[in-house]
Amino acid sequence: MNNGDRIRLIIVDDEQEFADVLVKRMRRRGMEAAAAFNGEQALRLMRGNSFDLAIVDLKLEGMDGIEILRIFKMLDPGMPVLMLTGHGCEAAADLSMKNGAADYLSKPMDFDQLVTRALQVSRREE
Amino acid sequence: MMPVRKTPSYDKLTRNITLTVISVSFAPLILVGGLIFDQFRSIYHEKVYAHLVEVVDKHKEGIDTFLREKLAEIQFLNKAFAYGQLTDAAFLDRTLRQMQQQYGRIFVDLGVIDESGRQVAYAGPYDLLGADYSNAPWFLESRDHITAISDVFLGLRKSPHFIIAINNHTDGSQWTLRATIDFLAFDNLVENIRIGETGYAYILNRDDVFQTRPPASRARAFALTPVAAIPVHSEAEGVSVSRSRGSDGETYITVSSPLKSGDWMLVYQQNWDDAFSPMIRSEFFTLVIFLLGGLSIVAMAVFISRKLVARFRLMDRETELMNRQVVESGKLASIGELAAGIAHEINNPVAIMIEEAGWVGDLLEDEKKELSCGNEVARALGQVRTQGERCRDITHKLLSFARQADSKVSDVALVPLIEEVVTLSMQQARFAKVSFELDLERAMPKVCASVSELQQVFLNLVNNAIQAMEPEGGILTIACRADGQCAAIRVQDTGPGIPASNLSRIFDPFFTTKPVGKGSGLGLSICFGIIHRMGGEIDVESAVGKGARFTIRLPFGFPARRGEQSKEVRYD
Repeated sequence: MNNGDRIRLIIVDDEQEFADVLVKRMRRRGMEAAAAFNGEQALRLMRGNSFDLAIVDLKLEGMDGIEILRIFKMLDPGMPVLMLTGHGCEAAADLSMKNGAADYLSKPMDFDQLVTRALQVSRREE
Repeated sequence: MMPVRKTPSYDKLTRNITLTVISVSFAPLILVGGLIFDQFRSIYHEKVYAHLVEVVDKHKEGIDTFLREKLAEIQFLNKAFAYGQLTDAAFLDRTLRQMQQQYGRIFVDLGVIDESGRQVAYAGPYDLLGADYSNAPWFLESRDHITAISDVFLGLRKSPHFIIAINNHTDGSQWTLRATIDFLAFDNLVENIRIGETGYAYILNRDDVFQTRPPASRARAFALTPVAAIPVHSEAEGVSVSRSRGSDGETYITVSSPLKSGDWMLVYQQNWDDAFSPMIRSEFFTLVIFLLGGLSIVAMAVFISRKLVARFRLMDRETELMNRQVVESGKLASIGELAAGIAHEINNPVAIMIEEAGWVGDLLEDEKKELSCGNEVARALGQVRTQGERCRDITHKLLSFARQADSKVSDVALVPLIEEVVTLSMQQARFAKVSFELDLERAMPKVCASVSELQQVFLNLVNNAIQAMEPEGGILTIACRADGQCAAIRVQDTGPGIPASNLSRIFDPFFTTKPVGKGSGLGLSICFGIIHRMGGEIDVESAVGKGARFTIRLPFGFPARRGEQSKEVRYD
């Protein structure tokens, strides 16, 4: 944890409204959150900053969630990644776990649950 | 679209196969058989002709020899003894007796006739000394010849006989030595030729008068008319064969040969059918065998083609059923895909709605005290969140349903699966005024089955039940409990029931009571197939007015042996 005890997280989702509202809510919970709406934006953000946690939607336009997960794991192997999947996509969830994801949640999820998981995985990585 | 099965095409196929088999079997049979038949017939005919010709020719030789010998005997007398000696009654008598000793009673008598036709010497059993032959036909005929053999006649003695006469000249006047040949002795020569039942021989003179005894059975008016000459390759000279038509309507074979330098004719006649009776008999047997064989070929052809076509029909039906099943499960799969697509699409906006509501909730926490309607807004937000979660539940269920469109076998918990199906059918049930009554035993072992197939089975049963109760409505009871080593699932409705006549056919493919175009008639037959492949059973109990009850029994942990079990079709 590099900046005090505030958790820094990056949210990658092509649904801009979803990413934005998550960022706002996360910030309200005392976290430093940044949103990226596609793979390129996410990589740009990663280059300039370091994050304690990434939340990545599996289904994305262009570069998909698994690819981003792999790149994140290459850029910062220590950063836990939480995947958001559609319901019933256990196969994709398994694939992301195999590729190094810390955990997954299916959309639409309960926000409090998301925060709890986020805190859990970021602590685990500490 | 269901292709309409045309039964005439099967009938046509049956006919074609039958005709092909029959023609292929009969063509060579008829060709070879006909050829052999024809060959046999002509060879047999030739043999019979040749045999008859030989027999007739031999007898002709025999008769000619007989006549020649007797003539030679008289000629010897004529040469050896002078007129004076021969006219001596004692000498003549002695000579006759010597001849009779030598030849038997062939020579009946001897006589010497002078130029005027008067018998001047006689030896024999009759009193014919001095008899006048000047007007006797044989005598007149013999006048101009050195030797003559007469036709058979009755003469003065009123008994059939013929005469050998030899003319001689002594002192310028002609005299005749004559001998009478016993008719019976001669007749035997000819009567010996007897072949078959109707074959006999006789001798005719130039005027077609019998020179031998006609056969006893022969009618006086009987006449033979030659119809066609039959050419026969034979070394016998003068023998001719012909087919003749008798006045009795029968066909005869006649063989004739000239005798006595053409004066007489030896004729052999035999009824055509009698002559060829062995041939006709064997032809008859051959024909009977041919007909029986042909009949059995036809029967076999008909039998085999019917069987074949029945098998084709069954196979076609199977194939069609399979196709339909593929189409049906494809339909289900595509419905699943569609549902999954929609669910995914809806998930995102729902997620945003829920999060935005949560965000508003977050913000509201700070401002709540200052807002007069804060509580009401919080309640409304709570409602948005609750309904959003409800949406999420629905999409999750849809996604679970579509999760496995393939028929992969896994351990399946029946109760959640049934609940899913019930949720999916809820809307339809509400429209049909059908209420569910569930009796599900939660703690139950899993069954080994394909989720999508089981879903298909339950959806089908639930659908049928709901449709049966439309529009009056009713109660749809679904019970699921363990029963020994099986799970017993009962789907019961309160609809009008199924008539007994339909009960036995209810699992048959293409059997439907729904109007044309509404039902494929496959639903229950597919269910039946699926359940049986899983090693289970499905039964129906129903009575008119009492609803219908379908009971499925599925073994717990049934090992998947789908490959072996999927096709067990018996054609016979």
